Amino acid sequence: MVKGRQGERIRLYVRGTVLGYKRSKSNQYPNTSLIQIEGVNTKEEVAWYAGKRLAYIYKAKVKTNGSHYRCIWGKVSRPHGNSGVVRAKFTSNLPPKSMGARVRVFIYPSNI
Amino acid sequence: MAPKQRTPKVTRNPDLIRGIGKYSRSKMYHKRGLWAIKAKNGGVFPCHEKKPAADAPAVKPPKFYPADDVKKPLVNKRKPKPTKLRASITPGTVLIILAGRFKGKRVVFLKQLSSGLLLVTGPFKINGVPLRRVNQSYVIGTSTKIDISGVNVDKFDDKYFAKEVQKKKTKGEGEFFEAEKEDKNVLPQEKKEDQKAVDTPLVNCIDKIADLKTYLAARFSLKQGMKPHELVF
Repeated sequence: MVKGRQGERIRLYVRGTVLGYKRSKSNQYPNTSLIQIEGVNTKEEVAWYAGKRLAYIYKAKVKTNGSHYRCIWGKVSRPHGNSGVVRAKFTSNLPPKSMGARVRVFIYPSNI
Repeated sequence: MAPKQRTPKVTRNPDLIRGIGKYSRSKMYHKRGLWAIKAKNGGVFPCHEKKPAADAPAVKPPKFYPADDVKKPLVNKRKPKPTKLRASITPGTVLIILAGRFKGKRVVFLKQLSSGLLLVTGPFKINGVPLRRVNQSYVIGTSTKIDISGVNVDKFDDKYFAKEVQKKKTKGEGEFFEAEKEDKNVLPQEKKEDQKAVDTPLVNCIDKIADLKTYLAARFSLKQGMKPHELVF
């Protein structure tokens, strides 16, 4: 993060919400999370987002690498159901406190 | 010496079924005309004189036999192809950079380098992006194109962007604390001149098109209600 750039805030990601883990009624599988991407409502629209990178960003008390912010990276893997929800796999499983939290869906790797 | 033109081998023995030919061995002998060649050569099939075998140099029995047989890895002659350039990206296209220091900047595409990375420039005066390499996956190709025929980009390749090799610093005790502060990243004058040489014809073309300069100076951002999967770039 370059300190010099303070004024302009540009958003080059789409907002998303973590809905929970992939699950059946009484079993959950934490290696895959379900993500709701803003503005995506059908499984056809999800095709554009397949393979895009995701980041779950959270804060911690201790500074690592010079920052209080930490990140778990992931990728959109496939649609989940018919209504635009998406399955995602992260480098390490998302913590349970991430349910309901914000996730950034980036536009890269881009294919446009 | 030009390689001999080889006509593809045509078999005179058509297949009835895979593995079974129409003609027998004796019929094929006749068809190939081997009898005629033999007749021309006095009843014997013509053959070359055997070349005298070169004397193999005397090999001493090796001093050392390794205890285990070590497998040699297979030879790999694969040459990876350069990344395929997307159809939407042609020289002179305005690209949007999606990540890195210059994220959101709109930038002019010059050419694809041999490593597959894209050579790109701001132009520097307009948006502060110098001659730079960018990966195709981190870029959106817009439909805005600029004419870059006035720009000569032949001299740029991946070696131009290679990092300077750090000289090995021998640390003396006294010099340990002083010598660390050597010149930091002074951009060599020739790189500044290269930048100017590429940018001046570009800026001239850009000035002619209405609003293009402010367009390139502004950054791209997603706003409220914008859905990237529905946007047309």
